[in-house]
Amino acid sequence: MGADRDREGQLPVGQGREACAGTGRRIGVFICHCGSNIAGSVDVRRAAETVRGLRGVACATDYGYMCSDPGQALIRQSIAEQGLDGIVVAACSPSMHEATFRRAAEAAGLNPYRVEIANIREQCSWVHQEDREKATQKAIALIASLVEKVRGDDPLEPLGTPVTRRLLVIGGGIAGMTVALEVADAGYEVILVERGAELGGRLRQIRETYAALTPLAAPLQTLIERVREHPRIRVLLGSEVESASGYVGSFTVTVRPAAGANAPGGYRSEADPAGGTQHEVGAIVVATGYELIPLSRLGEYGGGRVADVVDALEFERLLAQEVPRRPSDGRVPRRVAFVQCAGSRDPEHGVPYCSKVCCLYTAKQALLYRQRVPDGEAVVFVIDVRTGGRRYEEFVQRAMEEGHVLYLRGKVAKVFRQGDQVIVWGVDTLAGRNVEVAADLVVLAAAVVPSAGAAELGRRLRATTDELGFFREAHPKLRPVESLTAGIFLAGAAQAPKDIAETVSQAEAAAAKVLGLFSRPELVQEPTVATVLQELCAGCGLCVSACPYEARSLNARLRVAEVNAALCQGCGACVVACPNKACVVRNWRPEQTLAMVGAVLGEVQ
Amino acid sequence: MAEAFEPRIVAFLCNWCTYAGADLAGTARLQYPPNVRIIRLMCSGALDPAYVLKALLEGADGVFIGGCHPGDCHYQNGNYKARRRVALLKKILEQTGFDPDRVWLRWISASEGRLFAQTMTEMVAAIRAKGPSPLRGRWGT
Ligand SMILES: Cc1cc2nc3c(=O)[nH]c(=O)nc-3n(C[C@H](O)[C@H](O)[C@H](O)COP(=O)(O)OP(=O)(O)OC[C@H]3O[C@@H](n4cnc5c(N)ncnc54)[C@H](O)[C@@H]3O)c2cc1C
Ligand code: SF4
Ligand code: SF4
Ligand code: SF4
Ligand code: FES
Repeated sequence: MGADRDREGQLPVGQGREACAGTGRRIGVFICHCGSNIAGSVDVRRAAETVRGLRGVACATDYGYMCSDPGQALIRQSIAEQGLDGIVVAACSPSMHEATFRRAAEAAGLNPYRVEIANIREQCSWVHQEDREKATQKAIALIASLVEKVRGDDPLEPLGTPVTRRLLVIGGGIAGMTVALEVADAGYEVILVERGAELGGRLRQIRETYAALTPLAAPLQTLIERVREHPRIRVLLGSEVESASGYVGSFTVTVRPAAGANAPGGYRSEADPAGGTQHEVGAIVVATGYELIPLSRLGEYGGGRVADVVDALEFERLLAQEVPRRPSDGRVPRRVAFVQCAGSRDPEHGVPYCSKVCCLYTAKQALLYRQRVPDGEAVVFVIDVRTGGRRYEEFVQRAMEEGHVLYLRGKVAKVFRQGDQVIVWGVDTLAGRNVEVAADLVVLAAAVVPSAGAAELGRRLRATTDELGFFREAHPKLRPVESLTAGIFLAGAAQAPKDIAETVSQAEAAAAKVLGLFSRPELVQEPTVATVLQELCAGCGLCVSACPYEARSLNARLRVAEVNAALCQGCGACVVACPNKACVVRNWRPEQTLAMVGAVLGEVQ
Repeated sequence: MAEAFEPRIVAFLCNWCTYAGADLAGTARLQYPPNVRIIRLMCSGALDPAYVLKALLEGADGVFIGGCHPGDCHYQNGNYKARRRVALLKKILEQTGFDPDRVWLRWISASEGRLFAQTMTEMVAAIRAKGPSPLRGRWGT
């Protein structure tokens, strides 16, 4: 689609280059044999002869392979020579070659929205291979109905909508900061909304990272400073997104102080305290990360019940000291029991999925503990160890061999206090025996779950989350960083449990997507959207509530409905809802469908 | 009647599900009777009851409407709108003495090519058993 084409923002119906030729008086029909795929069960020659007599048809031809180069040349040549103002290609499903034939028509100067496909292969020749006569009759009826549709098609131009080249990032963890820096370094403004008091997310608690025990604190600090000092990044701490409206290229987002900020003795919000501020942005990245399932939901492992049973993030904090000390009495623990999969892979009590990062960080924590407390013992309860990733398996081996970490296969059945120790009972279901460990401290590798309020945020943004609250990608394999809403992208653990390397990769991919969007002069949208016939509209508002996309509103002054073309998806719900037939979707007008009904039942001919 | 009765059925199919399911039936070469004439809509929620009435008045012996399964509508809730409208329409047809079972609404997804072919076979058989629509030929067709 060239930006050089003259574009009419509002597309008055019937005012295009070809409208002068009259409405569908010179239609060409091109019937494809598809080798024997169609011609084998449909008499294409007879079909061509019959449809030649239809109202508005100027010519009808059949040809071996319409999508081939000579087939397309035939179409282009006929359009030019016969001055066609609409065509029907009777061939395979529109999902196969509609775009091909529209391009061919456009190359010959015919508006591509006056090209229709009669599906006589998938929906006729292939399913009626036994009855050539009836298949031929059906093909003729289908072609006749599409001829009627073309007769009512207006020439349309794609809609162009402008892009606001400013990004909103929600969440100031490693994911959000990475996206913000990439996009700001490329020259665009970024607003980074973090509900906590500081940037950094969970990594603030994590001093060293697997698998090489790389120190994290210094690089994280550098990153935070770069974000805070970047001239094009505006950080809003203690802030949350209250609402969002608009669409790709043009969102309006209201940011307000986070619940919990500005409380007496609490941290200060950098958002406008008075009801929130509005920001115009063209794209949004969701990077709200994760949290651990609360200890109170891990009662079977002593969580929230038994002193000196902590979750793994808490243990990262304890490890940050020179020697870790247990919470109850400040004693250095001589034996630490780690329980993996606490709440994970347990659809009944916790979550059904694997939290992915626990096997590796448990090995890391056990190793670090053994370094800090050389005469201490580390025991790990596992169902099995999952170590997909470069050098990950070697790292767990290192914990076992070099760190003398003892791995016990067993599902933990009970955790209870005895004197000043915590007893962990496990069952090795394979070997059929029980194991018991008396520890000074128990660390639960608690399940990774979406951060609080993720599902609610998803609703505000109209970006779907899954049943657990993780943000959903548009396609699990092919579009992994886009949400299901155009212009909203995903990064990091907000989408699923991820480690740092995966989080950063996705954040960079999301930044690339945003930059791709910002590099376009304008966004091009299908013009087959709804319009209002103002002279028929009574301003009743029924269509406004029927629209699932908030694309319609009432103009209070004129007392008629209006359509925001950029939001309209062309679903047609408003058309049916309107009691005055004042709504139409371009090129899907009710008269067209009614005429098609007449055609398939043999009203025309 | 000299000729055997051949039902004429008009099918309104949602672009995103049943229309694609019908394509899949084709790709898999599943055979079904050629009595069905398909008209594509962008969503079952775009079905105006007038389309069904027009088809019946023009002498169609049956009308089929295919949409996405509940919860799967590409436009969030068009299929629920269709379900309400078709239920109402069938009530009205019944009131006027017209057999409402000549109008079928079914959810068939893009991956259910087999279900589409089966449903078409069933519907053609059911309408064949009912005989020609009483409206056939009554309104000048
Ligand atoms: C115990 C433990 C140890 C780990 N060790 C390692 C390791 O050694 N190596 C490794 O690679 N990975 C490790 N991980 C995984 C690592 O923590 C994650 O990969 C990483 O934190 C993901 O970053 P993120 O930015 O996506 O999310 P987060 O770090 O969770 O950041 C999300 C940010 O968004 C903010 N936020 C949330 N909701 C909102 C909202 N609605 N509005 C505004 N802001 C919001 C949060 O306050 C937070 O600042 C470990 C995880 C655990 C639990
Ligand atoms: S246009 Fe479609 S039907 Fe015709 S040859 Fe190409 S693939 Fe076959
Ligand atoms: S066609 Fe659908 S999306 Fe567009 S205005 Fe009508 S109801 Fe809304
Ligand atoms: S439903 Fe029809 S008449 Fe009522 S406001 Fe909408 S367009 Fe106007
Ligand atoms: S898109 Fe299929 S029923 Fe709405």
